[in-house]
Amino acid sequence: MSPREIFALRDYLDPSLKGRTLSDARRVVSLTGITGETCLVGRPRQLSGRSVLLAVADQLLSALAMIEIDDVARRMLLCPPDLRADHVKALIEDAEIDAIVTDEPARWTDADVYLVVAARAPVRTAARAKTERPTEWLMLTSGTSGVPKIVNHSLEGLTGAIVADGPARGAPPVWATFYDIRRYGGLQIFLRAVIGGGSMVLSEPGEPIADYVARLRDKAVTHISGTPSHWRKLLMSGAASGFSPRYVRLSGEIADQAVLDGLRRAFPEASIGHAYASTEAGVGFAVNDGLEGFPAAMIGESRDGVEMKVVDGSLRIRSTRAARAYVGRQAAALTDSDGFVDTGDMVELRGNRYHFVGRRGGIINIGGLKVHPEEIEAVINRHAEVRMSRARSRRSPITGAIVVADVILAEGCDVGRSDDIRKTILADCRASLAPHKVPAMIKFVAELDVTTAGKLARHDA
Amino acid sequence: MSVRLRIISAIQQIAVEQQVNLPPLDDELALHGTGFDSLGFAILVARLEDDLGIDPFTISEDASFPLTIGDFIRAYENVPA
Repeated sequence: MSPREIFALRDYLDPSLKGRTLSDARRVVSLTGITGETCLVGRPRQLSGRSVLLAVADQLLSALAMIEIDDVARRMLLCPPDLRADHVKALIEDAEIDAIVTDEPARWTDADVYLVVAARAPVRTAARAKTERPTEWLMLTSGTSGVPKIVNHSLEGLTGAIVADGPARGAPPVWATFYDIRRYGGLQIFLRAVIGGGSMVLSEPGEPIADYVARLRDKAVTHISGTPSHWRKLLMSGAASGFSPRYVRLSGEIADQAVLDGLRRAFPEASIGHAYASTEAGVGFAVNDGLEGFPAAMIGESRDGVEMKVVDGSLRIRSTRAARAYVGRQAAALTDSDGFVDTGDMVELRGNRYHFVGRRGGIINIGGLKVHPEEIEAVINRHAEVRMSRARSRRSPITGAIVVADVILAEGCDVGRSDDIRKTILADCRASLAPHKVPAMIKFVAELDVTTAGKLARHDA
Repeated sequence: MSVRLRIISAIQQIAVEQQVNLPPLDDELALHGTGFDSLGFAILVARLEDDLGIDPFTISEDASFPLTIGDFIRAYENVPA
């Protein structure tokens, strides 16, 4: 393949497209003409052919560095902001890193091992980056325990769903996401913004949700994505009024009917849908009929290079958008011998739709019986008085464990009625769930922890 | 409310939720005679832990699970506050 045929991110930054911006809470950077600028200090040309660790805390700077490094370096490992310092050494070894791009150069003192390139606000440069080779995009899985796995993607695979969907209709979109763009879900939105000719508003760690929504309104964001937990937080905050995106997407966790209906009420004019994607399997599919689960007809059929099947209750995906492999000395196979990724997401056929019931690894054991906490939460969440819930196991000297549920009441709900609400929820759980899945106790709480990846924190899973 | 009354009230509440027909609760009644299954007892112990702040069956290493309602109540009454 000659360099001209390689598809590089910078090729989508046409200087003739005016008014494109990338912003966070502090800065606005013009994407028009960004290819004539550089955010890399020192010897950026030496990144050519290197294996680069992109360890830039700041999302905006990280985004600019990705554009510069793509198709120059051999590979680029994206570090999410919550990466634990004690995991870095193992990741550097596994990914054969020999260059670091960082906004904290003083932290990387072992310069014998690798080239250190500092990242800072972009400045004009006469040097034009040359497209040299397709860069491998390495991403980390977001599991909670142990060193994260390194997943190897190509830009072609990462953008497969974007190309299949085609450009957004109407005026150029302004994208936003609650995710960090170093995570799969967030990177999808960043790539959509770059490739689709739009602008993007980045999230800011620790920013109060009302301030974030104020920025989304100011920048007239039209397209936005997040996990159901992110969206429940937004709905709870009461900050959604005055914000009217055209396109609202959920991914990363099970989108139950309650959160889909809540978003429909909050954004009556928007297209609301949920998408299935994972860091390993890539973007699987999108569901836009406003209902939880997905049509059973999607199984078995191959569309846009994605084929799905259900084996032993878990969703398996064979896809041109899937990662190529795990990277590292002890790396396991990413697919089975037929090329399918086992997603570990468990589904159940009800009527003519498949419903997600939980993660294989997230099962809690109640007296020898297996329970998916998400299945219980879906029943609790459908009550109008409930905004969000978490089912978990609680140890018991008698059965080993029982199910308990922590529940956040919907905004404006009368706390004085909590006893009645508890009774109603329990009666519904008893009518809808097997006896061992009915929570033994329901506790009303003010908040539930959400991980930096935007998922409900499950300490016992 | 005394510990005894709180325990009795929790048993009655769980019996309603679990749709168990309770016989009269006297001290001599065997626990298996209440009609509760192990889940019912697990719920009872967890609720009492939240209500009274103690779980006598986990605290004590040599605790044997009580046989009668009287034993059960005494297990709670005998834990130093």
